[in-house]
This record gives sequence, C-alpha cells and structure tokens, in this order.
Amino acid sequence: MSDVQPIPDGVPERAARIAVHVFWGVARVFSVVALLVAWELLARSGTLTPYQLPAFTSVLARVWSDVTGGDFFINTGLTLYRALAGFAICTVLGVVIGMAMARNRIANWFFDPIVSIGFPMPKIAFLPVVILWLGVYDVSKITIIVIDAIFPVIAATVIGIQGVERELIWSARNMGANNRELLWQIVLPAALPQILTGLQVSLPLCLIVAVVAEMLMGGYGLGGAMITASRFANSVGVFAGIVEIALVGYVLVKGMAILRRRLLIWHQEAHDPSTA
Amino acid sequence: MKALIRYSPLLLIAIAWELSSRLGLVSQLALPPLSDVIRAWFDMLKDGELITNGMASIYRVFAGLALAIAVGIVLGVAMAWWRPVNVLVAPLVEIFYPLPKSALIPVTVIWLGFGDGSKILLIFLGCMLPVTIGAFNGARSSEQVIVWSARSMGASRLRVLWDVVLPSAMPELLNGIRTALALSFILLVSSELIVAQKGFGHLIGSLGANGTYDAMYAVVLTVAFLGFIADRIYLVITKRALAWREQAS
Repeated sequence: MSDVQPIPDGVPERAARIAVHVFWGVARVFSVVALLVAWELLARSGTLTPYQLPAFTSVLARVWSDVTGGDFFINTGLTLYRALAGFAICTVLGVVIGMAMARNRIANWFFDPIVSIGFPMPKIAFLPVVILWLGVYDVSKITIIVIDAIFPVIAATVIGIQGVERELIWSARNMGANNRELLWQIVLPAALPQILTGLQVSLPLCLIVAVVAEMLMGGYGLGGAMITASRFANSVGVFAGIVEIALVGYVLVKGMAILRRRLLIWHQEAHDPSTA
Repeated sequence: MKALIRYSPLLLIAIAWELSSRLGLVSQLALPPLSDVIRAWFDMLKDGELITNGMASIYRVFAGLALAIAVGIVLGVAMAWWRPVNVLVAPLVEIFYPLPKSALIPVTVIWLGFGDGSKILLIFLGCMLPVTIGAFNGARSSEQVIVWSARSMGASRLRVLWDVVLPSAMPELLNGIRTALALSFILLVSSELIVAQKGFGHLIGSLGANGTYDAMYAVVLTVAFLGFIADRIYLVITKRALAWREQAS
C-alpha cells in the first residue's frame, strides 16, 4: 500500500478546481438562459400566436419603454407604497398584538380564537366587503393587505415570546431589570428570529394581495396596469407586467433576507451554513 | 363547555354584529344583520346556487393542488438526490419563488380562457414551489448516517429513496403542503373574483354587483370557513401521518 501516489498539489489541481468552478457557474445560469432562449424560439417559431406567447425580446422592449416613459416608476411606486404601507402596519400591529397575547391573559382570551380561526382563512374573500366599506382607493387596498398579512406576524410573535428561555428572563430580573427594560432588551431580541420569520412570510403575502386588489379595483399600480393590458388583449403588456412584478418581488424578498442576516448577526444561525 | 369559553370572543363579535346592525349603529347596507346573512345562506343552499358554484371551486382547488403536490414532491426530491437536477432547477426556483403568484392570473386566462383550466393552472403554478422547497429541504436533511447504513445493508438507491429519504422528508414536506393549501384558496378566490363564470369568487362578485349584500356576506363567510376547515382537516391528517415520529422520540 505504500506506493499510493500522494495527492498532487500545485498548478494542475488548481486549474482543475477553477475549471470545476467555472463549470458550475455556467451551469447555474444555464437553465435560466435556456428557458429564455426556448421562450424566444417558441414564440418566433409560430406554433403559438403572438397573443398567446409574445416574444421575450418584444416583452423586454415593452419593459424598457415603460422604464424610459416613466410608467414603470409610477406603477411600481404605487404598488410598493401600498404593499409596504400594509407591511409596516402588519409589523407594528402584529408585534403589539402578539406581545399582548403572550403577556396578558385577557388579550390572549380575546385574540386567541380570532387568530386560530383567522390565520388559515382565505381572507382575500373579504375584499368585496372591504370595498363596500372603504371604497376603491388606497385605504381599502392597504386595509385588505393588513387583514391578509397580519396573522403570520401575530402567530410568530406569540411563539417567539413564549419560546424565550426562562433563565434569560430570571437572570435579567435578578439583575434588576424593570418591565420595560426586560421587554426591549431581553424578550424582543430573543424573539426576533421568530418574528423575522413571520415577517418573511408576511411580506410576499402583502405583495400578492396588493396585486390582486389592484387588479380588482383597476387604476394605477402594477396589477392595475396588467389588468388594463389584458382587457385590451395586449398580451405584451401582460407579460411585461409579470416581468416587472417579478423584479419587484425578487428585490423585496432578497432585501428581507439581507435585513435578517444583518439583524441576526449576533445569532448562531448567522454562522450556520444551512440557512445561507 | 371549555370550547364555549375558549371561543366566547367570537360569540361576542357575532352578537355585536347583530346588535350594531339591528340598532342602526351602522348602515344595514354596509353590514346586514347576521341573522339575515344566515337566512340568505339557507336560501342559497336550497336554490342549489351555493352547491353548483361551490363544487366548481372545490374541484379547481383539488385538481390544482393535487398536480402541484405530485410535481412538487418529485421535483424537490430529485433536486435533493441528484446534483445535476439541482443545478438545473435551483436557479429557476430561486427566480420564480418570490414572484407574487397573483401576477399570473391574466396570463393563465390568456392561455386557457375563463373556465376551469386557467384556475387549475394558476393554483398548480402557485402552489408547486412551496411543495418543492419543502420536499427539497426535507429530503436534503435526512441523516447521512441512516442513508449509509441502509446502503451498507444492501438497499438499492431507489429503495433508500423510498424507505429512508421520503419518510424523513415528511415533516418539512407536510409543512410545505400546508403553505400550498392556504395559498391555493387565496389564488382560487382572487382569480374567481377577477375573471370567472362560476365559483365562489364569481358568486361573491355578482352578488355584490347586484347589491344583495346579505347573500354576499354569506358566501364570503362560507369561503372563509371552508379554508379554515380544510386546514384543520389537513392538520389531523398530518398528525396521523407523523404519528410514528412521536412514538420514536
């Protein structure tokens, strides 16, 4: 067994490693590029009408003209404003209600059945009721977003706070922390990973509901623009809308993940490669 | 009795609803009394309106969800088991996962029209990725030691996949399916509200347009409770399916 070759080190191995790296790098974007090329070819081949599947290049051209014409920024801005306003309300209200439920028996008595029934409900069905009450403008859109997206935040806050280790609370108390300090310095930071998980569920929901509300009520906004395009059988506009909404969604979800890593830099999950 | 105390806040809300509407605190147009809503519900049940539309909706959810679960599991497990599949599919999943699925509503209509097909496609596309990711995370996290011992005891790769990887992927997979279940109802109702000829969402929209708000409320509550009940039934099934884990630990 002594004549086993030592593992060669130096240039050839390094080159091989780089080659492997490049190969996987190419493979990583390969499927996306392949999909886009297949889309373009399928559209150009004429098996599908341009109405069913407009060419990717013409969709891109439409997105570009939206961007240069400013429509993109108006619509994206409005959709983002509604989704993020709803998200902000969900965050504050959800954490407050969750905290109240975890620490106060009366709040828990009142909200617990509402959350346990409301969470799994398809609350989007209440959209016509909200329109009936609040009209078709921003207030009703933001309201339905809050109704739909607040439950994950409440539930995550309750679970997070209930899961805070007793020892942490006891030692803080022992060192003379009052209620306020206990809440801000111990309980909330310790529950933060759970709360952020709830927020990460809530944010995409905000965007989904914002788009649906805009589609149903019309007007400006990415969803409204798409539904207008589809009424005029303008399928390039519809596909351009998808590309634009996908962009917004991607940026929001990635941004949230980055924010989580920033906020939880002290937490052990930051060093756990499985969550990266 | 315990349940009564637990759910007493809901009873309070129901009473407050009935009283505020009957006493004229809010307009009966905006909030018809709960008793009227219940009466309207029974009327629609007798008409058969609720049943025909409800059946259409339930069929769409089932078909779309079944497709999503089947394809999602295969895709997720394949991604965890074969590296080339992962390399090919993972970037697509990463791009499409954050897409707000409701954006697909107009496209599915362009492709398949106003009927069942477009809703089923929408629910399938929207619900597939949560299932895929659940299956992927579950299958990936199955313990290497168990896989190795199964292999060393002579199990073939497929055998290991079926007997070891799939069961250990179960908890995460079932969680992913639960997300998909909730999402499927959201997509169903929103797509039916926006474009449909039948189904709960369509019924809600047309009743609202007619101004028969008590009936509209009745359908809204029906959909909401169906979603809730579907989730509860699913939880019971999950508990059954994972009973072996509880015993083990």
